Amino acid sequence: MTVPDVEAVLRGLAPQTLGVLLRRYGDFDTCEDAVQEALLAAVEQWPAEGRPANPLGWLITVASRRRIELLRSEAARRRREESVAAREPLQADPPSGSAGDDTLTLLLLCCHPSLPAPSQVALTLRAVGGLSTAEIARAFLMPEATVAQRISRAKQRIKASGAVFELPAQGERSERVAAVLRVLYLVFNEGYTASSGPALCRVDLTAEAMRLTRQLRENLPQDGEVAGLLALMLLTDARRPARTRPDGALVPLAEQDRRLWNSAAIAEGIALITEALARAPIGPYQLQAAIAAVHDEAARAEDTDWRQILELYSLLQRVAPGPMVTLSRIVAAAMVHGPRRGLEQLAAAEADPALAAHHRVAAVRAHLLEMAGDVEEARAQYQLAARRTLSIPERRYLESRAAQRRLTPS
Amino acid sequence: MKYMLLIYHNPETRKIWESFSDAERAEGLRAYAALNEDLAASGELIVSQALADPSLGKRIAVRNGRTLITDGPFAEVKEHLAGFFLLECDSLERAIAQAARIPEAELGQVEVRPIMVYSGLE
Repeated sequence: MTVPDVEAVLRGLAPQTLGVLLRRYGDFDTCEDAVQEALLAAVEQWPAEGRPANPLGWLITVASRRRIELLRSEAARRRREESVAAREPLQADPPSGSAGDDTLTLLLLCCHPSLPAPSQVALTLRAVGGLSTAEIARAFLMPEATVAQRISRAKQRIKASGAVFELPAQGERSERVAAVLRVLYLVFNEGYTASSGPALCRVDLTAEAMRLTRQLRENLPQDGEVAGLLALMLLTDARRPARTRPDGALVPLAEQDRRLWNSAAIAEGIALITEALARAPIGPYQLQAAIAAVHDEAARAEDTDWRQILELYSLLQRVAPGPMVTLSRIVAAAMVHGPRRGLEQLAAAEADPALAAHHRVAAVRAHLLEMAGDVEEARAQYQLAARRTLSIPERRYLESRAAQRRLTPS
Repeated sequence: MKYMLLIYHNPETRKIWESFSDAERAEGLRAYAALNEDLAASGELIVSQALADPSLGKRIAVRNGRTLITDGPFAEVKEHLAGFFLLECDSLERAIAQAARIPEAELGQVEVRPIMVYSGLE
């Protein structure tokens, strides 16, 4: 077995192993560390010695042993042997419960509302995703010590909050699932947008987010927002091959070579979102997926059904308002009703302070002015937008736009 | 979002710091320790470092393929970078609130600069 094969198997088994340990012993902090050490031991041993006949059993055995060792060294350090005795098995035999339930329970625990978002992300990737601290640190371009600190503090905070390894009550379930979706979407976006950044041996966070979202969907097949998020990921990731030029520059959607898009992912995403919209209560991920689907369905940029996109953004603005939604809606309105209409709406929208300060306003205005044929003003706005953006690829794009000798109305 | 908090000293702040009693200086350092502790606990701290005195700095310029090194101190400098925090915060407001807790905010100047990212466009 090669190392990548072993890692793939291990990532799938990580939440199951942890689930069994947690049901047996209950102490999240130590169990999580123990499983992590068992995973590392497997990465070292399996490629050389071959995969054991019962990989899950192997991991559970090794992790249980490591847990005792961790508690012993902890006890020795604190000279409090009694704490080990107090933490002996809750039950000799773990109660039956499906591995799927464990994964869901774990996801909800790692995205506990007492944790800040960066900690939720790190803990989820380690405890559910089976990634090592070093891998997470590389993926987020962070020092390993920072990530390790984040994870250990997060576990302390979960312990302090009194949260246990149990599914939350039905009443708070949807709110808790929403937090999981947010975390998975953050992971996805980090991976997707970083694909143009420095990529030295980084874990593919996009694939990892999609894998975890698929797992979540197996647990919650009826949840429209889970389906919506998975569809959104598929429909967005499908464009990845067309998204960058060989020199690393980003290609805007309108200029992408659509023959490069992943048609299988698009088909799966469209099927998912169509089914979800037909039966589940509508939500922001479904709407964003529906918008992505309309874009992906157009064989050429000029075939895009902007009327439908405008309607979807109007709905999204009602369900989940925000500056980016407002701006995207204005672009859609301009595509349907012409750039002058877009510029009027932009001027009106700027009255909202949250938007007035938004760096994208200048970029949208530049684009609309260019559409309207106002070349000089468009150039000035592109320059302004280039100075204001925090995105390196976007700055590069805006600078190159501003430097065009002749802007052509599109 | 990542933010860099840049801590600037100038000759005035230097004098104020030097005029402090040991107890006052200890208080300043305690404030730093508490800030570091809180930022680590919230998961926002990526790294923080203090920089050595600017007289220990070197300025490097490459001209026509030759590396020129100038030793400090650099007389014309009114303000100098004395240290920094690299944080990950949910918002600029949050980063500003943390910057205001840095003891130098009361004496000298702390600047908050957003870090550029590779995301965006789409």
